[in-house]
Amino acid sequence: MSTIINVDYSTKIPNNVNLADDQRVLKGLEQWHPGYIDWWMTMGPAGFQTTEVYLRTAVSVDPKGWAKFDYIKMPDYRWGILLAHPEDGRKVGFGASKGETAWHEVPGEHRAALRRLIVIQGDTEPASVEQQRHLGATAPSLYDMRNLFQVNVEEGRHLWAMVYLLHKYFGKDGREEAEGLLQRRSGDADKPRMLGAFNEATPDWLSFFMFTFFTDRDGKMQLEALAQSGFDPLSRTCRFMLTEEAHHMFVGETGVSRIIERTCEAMKAAGIDDPYDIARVRSLGVIDLPTLQKKANLHYSLSLDLFGSEISTNAANFYTAGLKGRFQETKIDDDHLLTGAHYPVSKLINGDIKLVDEPALSAINMRLRDDFTKDCQGGVNRWNKVIERSGIKFELKLPHVAFHRLIGEFKDVEASPDGKLLSSDEWKNRGGEWLPSADDGAFIESLMKPCWDRGKFASWIAPPKVGIDNKGGDFEYVRINPA
Amino acid sequence: MNAPVTSAEFKKQHLIDPEICIRCNTCEATCPVGAVTHNDANYVVDAEKCNYCMDCIAPCPTGSIDNWRVVTTAYSIDDQFSWNELPTQEDLGEGASDAVQALEADIETLLATAHAGMGGKPVAPASASEPSVNLFRRDKPAIATVQGNFRITAEDTESDVRHVVLGFGDTIFPALEGQSIGIIPPGTRLDGRPHDVRLYSIASARDGEKRNANNVSLTIKRVPGGVGSSYMCDLKPGDKVQVTGPFGATFLMPNDPNAHIIMICTGTGSAPFRAFTERRRRAMPGAGGRMLLFFGARTPQELPYFGPLQKVPDSLLEKHLVFSRVAGERKEYVQDRMRTKIESMARVLGEPTTHIFICGLKGMETCVDEALADICRQTGREWAVLKPDMRASGRYHVETY
Repeated sequence: MSTIINVDYSTKIPNNVNLADDQRVLKGLEQWHPGYIDWWMTMGPAGFQTTEVYLRTAVSVDPKGWAKFDYIKMPDYRWGILLAHPEDGRKVGFGASKGETAWHEVPGEHRAALRRLIVIQGDTEPASVEQQRHLGATAPSLYDMRNLFQVNVEEGRHLWAMVYLLHKYFGKDGREEAEGLLQRRSGDADKPRMLGAFNEATPDWLSFFMFTFFTDRDGKMQLEALAQSGFDPLSRTCRFMLTEEAHHMFVGETGVSRIIERTCEAMKAAGIDDPYDIARVRSLGVIDLPTLQKKANLHYSLSLDLFGSEISTNAANFYTAGLKGRFQETKIDDDHLLTGAHYPVSKLINGDIKLVDEPALSAINMRLRDDFTKDCQGGVNRWNKVIERSGIKFELKLPHVAFHRLIGEFKDVEASPDGKLLSSDEWKNRGGEWLPSADDGAFIESLMKPCWDRGKFASWIAPPKVGIDNKGGDFEYVRINPA
Repeated sequence: MNAPVTSAEFKKQHLIDPEICIRCNTCEATCPVGAVTHNDANYVVDAEKCNYCMDCIAPCPTGSIDNWRVVTTAYSIDDQFSWNELPTQEDLGEGASDAVQALEADIETLLATAHAGMGGKPVAPASASEPSVNLFRRDKPAIATVQGNFRITAEDTESDVRHVVLGFGDTIFPALEGQSIGIIPPGTRLDGRPHDVRLYSIASARDGEKRNANNVSLTIKRVPGGVGSSYMCDLKPGDKVQVTGPFGATFLMPNDPNAHIIMICTGTGSAPFRAFTERRRRAMPGAGGRMLLFFGARTPQELPYFGPLQKVPDSLLEKHLVFSRVAGERKEYVQDRMRTKIESMARVLGEPTTHIFICGLKGMETCVDEALADICRQTGREWAVLKPDMRASGRYHVETY
């Protein structure tokens, strides 16, 4: 049967959680709603709030119902509360409660921990919208502009998803936390967002693509881990969010890939084989490969910090409590308790970086981070294939986990991208080789000119291979000039 | 489940484009039968397991999932793991060409038979929308609710033709003008096997019989003793019907408002043309292209939609309703009327935007073909040259039964 689980549009908030019969939560969310719209209007995409954008809206969580495309003005987007279908007889899959029926209410003893997990996840969603709010003005094409806005409205929906959980399951505390999510601001000195990478600026489109590739991928891994949760509403929320998150991964990976493709193509056309002939490459109006490497170094290292400390008692407790699992927990063949198990962790031992076996429970963060790295590496390999096909000799590499870290084991040392420890003098002299400089930033900035003609793309980025919703090359993804 | 074959030799295989896929795992998480798997390099589809339910298509963020090859031997999982790019479609000859129509063997057979009168490979009009096919199958049908069942021929005639409206409620059922849907009559045959799926052309526009009502209409003639047609003609509002499809990827309405569309039909063959006309009326007011309808029946009383058709303005549709059994009048068939309208026909026939659609009983094919040949001859053209050219460019379509 393919009938769709009803999404209720009778309430102001589309939902498949029967809000109409839950007056307390409905009322709470309706009170939160104006604040959210206010936040969206002041902190959402600047300058495009009345523009019609060809967006995908989920109308159900069924495979066939959730990708409805149409033109819509972003403030009219139907932000709704959509949870994946409940799984019959779902059990807690790991930790001390493994095998128990999954919880449909918050277990009292885990209340504070769960709220914390949800608030941290929820805080990242509006943060990235804030970080990206000025990018529309310099979009390299209508296609890319549409993808940016799709990412933005879905981050908005992810905020809704977390706020629903706070309102539904955490009473007054939850409602206060939900308010707080609208009060903090990315990069604001007085009321910053909770995690470091979400207070960094996203000043240009290369940063945006790198951010969606690396930093949103941290979000994906966190959602994957929370989708395993024994708290069933959290699991179901995250499972549906992952489907949307995949679009963000797509925007990041193909964005960078299309930049690489364009750079290689321009180099070949100009007869340049040396990727380090940076001035000549830049004179072609494309971004040189070494600069892409520096940007990758920056965004990868910032994103690693989001996984927290390598050894974490909190993470171990979350796992044992059945609140947050591992990436693809159900596919891992072990006891899902990890009481006696070990996991290799990179650590600093007497001035050397070594792999040390640590209790697997306290190394949960580390394991998720390794899965993240592996996921990133797959994308980097595909970028390298684009370079390889062009015949240019250059390979993009993920830097060592000790490189440019602000959190965890390596925060007090300096290391090169290949993992060699450096003195602070060496770092001072050479750090600029590996991280984008002010000049690099100024060059990228100089390329950020809007390109808004249908079917046209800025000089530094190739067109995509396939359009969104199978649309042709000159499809008007954003109606800049309404008829 | 029917094997998705078009003949004993050909199989349509679902593949993922490794150059576009970002390995996000959405398809693997979505697939209800575990047909999608991956290694460190690629996400792939196991041809042995994939049942063409299409659940993975919409959630894929990249579009890489929507790739198909007609094969005689399926690519193995290991083949697919090793790919850096998709293989090109092997040239398997004419026989493989229909493979994209429906994916279900019995439906394929029905469509192949219906299109046989084209005398060559069917090609969709260049400006047609991309059709969805096979979203619902026999083992996973959509359930529609009957919203109306109206007789559209006079009560006192033998010919009982019905206009049946089916609503899909919350189920998404995207169907284009010219496509068909399958109906599964309830119960079993005498030998205990389930009834064959019956295929009916949709008579409503893509946005519904009633605009945005998520419903479709069908034009169905009661065949004495016919299981499918009797079932359909006897439906009451509120009855539930099992629906498969949509089907058909070539007999589709051109979206180009400048396309001239010549529609030739008998009886219930008028269904797709009702859809075409309604689409143009709703979506392309003031379209530059002309629409001509040659519609034959025995009498006005037996011509489906005779009344409503009178109200369609000539500016939208040039109507030629012809009758073969009106007492006291000379018998006239569609081909006869076409021959008398040489001027109208000649004006559009040579134009590169002209499309011809023929739908109805098999018996009309040859006569219509001869009439077109005559008209061409008299206006200095050669149908034997024009027809293959129109067919290859998606401008000549036949669906007869």
